[in-house]
Amino acid sequence: MSTTTFTRRSFLHTSALAASAALATRVAAAPSAEPVTQALVDAAKKEGKLAFYTAMDLPVGEAFAKAFEAKYPGIAVRVERSGAERVFQRIGQEMGSNIHAVDVVNTADGAHIIVWKRNGWLAPYVPEEVARHFPAQYHDPDGMSAQTRVWLSSLGYNTRLVKPEDAPKSFADLLEPKWMGKMVKGHPAYSGTIMTATFQIARDLGWGYLEKLARQKVMQVQSSTDPPKKLALGERAVMADGNDYNLIQLKERGQPVEVVYPSEGTPFVAGPTAIFKSAPNPNAARLFQSYLHSREGQQLLVDFARQHSVHDQVTDKPGSRKLSEIKLMKDDAAGVEAQAEEIKARYAKLFGV
Amino acid sequence: MTLADTAPAERRTGLDLSWPILIAFAAILVALIVLPMSWLVYYSLTDKGTFTFANFVKLVTDQSFRDPLVTTVILATSSAVICCAVAAPMGWLVARTDMPLRRTIRALVTASFVTPPFLGAIAWELLAAPNSGLINQVYRAVIDDPGADPLFNIYTLPGLIFVISCYTFPYVFVLVANALDRIPGDLEDASSILGGRMWVTARRVTIPLALPAVLAGALVAFLQAMTLFGSPAILALPAGFHTMTTKIWSLFQYPPKPELAAAASIPLLVLTVLLLRAEHMILGRRSYAVVGGKQGAPRLVQLGGWKWVALGLALLVLMNPVFLPYGALLNAAFSRTASQFVSFSNFTLHNIEFVFFELSATKLAFKNTFILGFLSATIGTIIAVVISYLTARKAIAGWRALAFLATAPVAVPGIVLGVGLFLSYTRPPFVLYGTLWILLIAFVTIALPAAYQQLQSAFRTVNVDLEEASRILGATRLQALGHITAPLLRTSVIATWCFIFVGVIRELSAAIILFTSETKVISVLIFDLNESGDLGAIAVLGIIMLVITFAVVIAINRLPGFGAVRFRG
Repeated sequence: MSTTTFTRRSFLHTSALAASAALATRVAAAPSAEPVTQALVDAAKKEGKLAFYTAMDLPVGEAFAKAFEAKYPGIAVRVERSGAERVFQRIGQEMGSNIHAVDVVNTADGAHIIVWKRNGWLAPYVPEEVARHFPAQYHDPDGMSAQTRVWLSSLGYNTRLVKPEDAPKSFADLLEPKWMGKMVKGHPAYSGTIMTATFQIARDLGWGYLEKLARQKVMQVQSSTDPPKKLALGERAVMADGNDYNLIQLKERGQPVEVVYPSEGTPFVAGPTAIFKSAPNPNAARLFQSYLHSREGQQLLVDFARQHSVHDQVTDKPGSRKLSEIKLMKDDAAGVEAQAEEIKARYAKLFGV
Repeated sequence: MTLADTAPAERRTGLDLSWPILIAFAAILVALIVLPMSWLVYYSLTDKGTFTFANFVKLVTDQSFRDPLVTTVILATSSAVICCAVAAPMGWLVARTDMPLRRTIRALVTASFVTPPFLGAIAWELLAAPNSGLINQVYRAVIDDPGADPLFNIYTLPGLIFVISCYTFPYVFVLVANALDRIPGDLEDASSILGGRMWVTARRVTIPLALPAVLAGALVAFLQAMTLFGSPAILALPAGFHTMTTKIWSLFQYPPKPELAAAASIPLLVLTVLLLRAEHMILGRRSYAVVGGKQGAPRLVQLGGWKWVALGLALLVLMNPVFLPYGALLNAAFSRTASQFVSFSNFTLHNIEFVFFELSATKLAFKNTFILGFLSATIGTIIAVVISYLTARKAIAGWRALAFLATAPVAVPGIVLGVGLFLSYTRPPFVLYGTLWILLIAFVTIALPAAYQQLQSAFRTVNVDLEEASRILGATRLQALGHITAPLLRTSVIATWCFIFVGVIRELSAAIILFTSETKVISVLIFDLNESGDLGAIAVLGIIMLVITFAVVIAINRLPGFGAVRFRG
C-alpha cells in the first residue's frame, strides 16, 4: 500500500521539467501533438454540434459543455449522461447495431478504454496541451485517450445526523452495528466509479469486507453521484462509497455533509476521455477534446467540478485537500477489465440486486 | 361526375381493393406483433444460434430468477386486492349514491389515471423515503422524536405495492363505475318494493351485478402491476430486490444476454394471455346483466349525513395518487433541497433554469416525444379506424384475422414488446434500432388494442344504412366513409388520437429497451436523472409532462358528447 501511495504521489508531484523530459521520449513514438488551428475551429463550426457521452455528474458535464459553447459559439454540445457502466453498455449496443452517435466519451472506468481500443473503435488524437503538460502515465501511448480527471470514492456523512467524533474513520468502522440501516452506496453494475472502487476494495480488504457490509442493510442506489445527494437530503447518515467531488461541491454550497478518507486508503478513480473513430462530428470532437484538456478546461475541473487535474499548470483551489495528503488505493484498469464480470456477479449475489 | 359512370367503377375497384387492403393491413400488424413475438420465442429457445432449453432451465433453477418471479406474483396479487378494495366502493359511491362532488372525484381519478407511474414513484420517494421523506419528517416533528422509526418506508415491498396501487386502482374504478352506470335502477327498485332492505338489495342485486366488473378489474390490476417497469425500477433497487421487469432490464447490462431476457419475458407473456382469457370469460358472462334498451336513470342511494363522510373518504384516497405527490413535485421544483419545504431561505428557480438552459438533453427529448406522440397518435388512429371499419362492416374476407391481430398486443407487456422489437429490428433486413421508427412501432402497437376497441364500438353505433344510402347515390366506399361515417365518428376519432398521444408521453417500459442517445424521450430522460439523484430537474420535467397531459385530457373532455375516459395498457 505504501509503495502505491508513493508512486501516485511521485508522479503527481513530479516537477514540470521532469514530466516534459519523460514526455520527450514518449512523443517520438506517439502520434504527433495537434494544436488548435483556425482550420480545426472552422471545420468544427461547420459541423455545429457534438455528442459528449459521459459519466460525470450531470451539472459538471453541462458546465463543461456551456463553457465550450461560450468559447466556440455555434457548436452545440449534447451531454449524454448516465453511469459509466450504462454508458459502456449503450455504446456497445449502438456500435453493435451500426449506430454511430457518440463523438467524445468520458468514462469513470478506465477498463472501458482498454475494450474500446482493442475493438479498434477509437481515433488517435493528442491535443497539444496533453503532450506538453500531462505526465506520460496519464495518456495513452498510442494517443487514444487522455486522463481528464481524477477523483476518489470516499466515505462521507451528514453533519446534522452524525457528530464528527462519532463519524466513521475507516471502512472497518462501517461494519459497526450502529451503522446498520444508516448507509447508502452506489452500484458497480451502473457506476464506473463504484466498479473501480469495488475492485480496489475487494483486492485490498477482501470480499469478506463486502460480505459483512452487505449485512448492514445498506440503501442501494445506482450512480456514484447519488450517495452524496442522499446524504445532503438527510436520507442516510453515512455514505459507504460514492465520490468525494460531489460532497465537496455540496459542502461548499452550505449543505451539511463532510468527506471522510478512510484510513485503509481511498479508492482512486481516473476518468479518461477518448474520441470515437466513427464520430459523426470528428472535428468538433477534436476541438472539444483539446478544450477539455486545456489549462482552462482543467482549471474548471478543479475550481468548479472539485476534482483533480494532472495538467502541470493547473493550480489547486485554495484550501483544497491535496491528493498527496491522502492515502490512496492503487488503480488498475486492466485488473478491472479482467474482473468486471465476476465483480458484478458476486456483488449482485451479496447485495441482492 | 354523374351517377352513371362512378357507380360501376366503384363496384369494380371496391372488389379489387379488398385483397390488397387486407394484405397491407395484415402485413402492418404482422410487423407490429407477430414478428417481434416470433423472434422472442426463437431467442428464448436458443443459445448463440443452437436450439436449447437451457434458458428456461436457468429461469427455474437460478434463485436470482426465482426470487423476482415470486416477488412479482406477491406484488401483483396484493395490488389487485388493494385496488379492488378501494376502487369498487369508490366506483359505487360515484355511480350510485348522492355523494357530493361526484364529477370532481371522477376527474381526480382520471388525473391519477394519466399520471405516469414512474413519476408517482419518484414523488413518493420525496414523500416517504424513510428519513428524508416529507411525511416522515412531519411525523417526527409532530411526535417530537427526531430518532423515531419512520411512519412509512417507501423502499420496501409494501411501499412498492402501495405506489403501484395508487396508479392502478383507476382501472378497477372505471370498470366498476361504468358497469354500475349501466345497471338499470329498476332491478334495485324491484328488490326494495318486494321488501328488500338496503343491505339485502345490495347483497342480492347490486353486488352480483357488479361482481364481474370487479373481478375483471382485479385481473387488469394484476396485469398492470405485473408488467409495470418504472415504479419497481425506482423503488425496488434501493430496497434491494428485483421484480421480473427490472430483472429483464438488467439482462441488457453489458454483456447483454438477450436469450435470457427473451426467456424471462415468456412467463409474463403466458400469464397475460391466460388472465386475459379469464377476463374475457368473466366479462362475457356478465353480458346478461346489461340488458339493452332504455331504462330510467339509476336511482341514487340517499346517504344522508354519511355523504360527507363518503366524500371525505374518497378525497382521502385521492390524496395518495394526486394531491400529495403533486405537492411533493412542486415543492422539489422550487426548493434548494428536495427534502425541505419551500421557504424564503431555500426558494430557488435554479431547477427551472437548469432544465431549460443547461440540460442539453431537454430539447431533443421534448422534440422526440412530440414527434412520436403526434405520429403514433395519427398512425395508430388511422390503422384503428380502417380496421374497425373493416371489421364492423365485415367489409372484406378475413376481417376476423384483422380483428384478432389488432387486439393481440394487449397480451404483450410493454417491456416484453420492447425486447421482442429489439431482437427483430437490430438485425437485417429491418435495422430500425437507433431510429424513431422502432419507438413508433412500439407505441402504435401498445396503443392499438384500446384504440381499436374504442373505435369499433363507435362504428357499431353508426347505422350502416347511412353509408349504404350514400353509396347508392354513387359515392365510393372511401367517399362514404369520409363524408358520412367520419363526421359522425369525429368525437371518437379525436378522443382516440388524444388517448394515444397521452399514452406515448407516459410510456417507459418499451422505450427503456429501445431508446438510443438520439431517440431519447422525456420518460427515459427522467429515468436517467433519477439514476444520478437529480430530483429538482425531475420535478420540473415531471410537472411539464403533467401539464401537457392535462391540457390534452381537458381538451378531450371539452369535446361534445364525450363521456368517460378509458385507458388501457
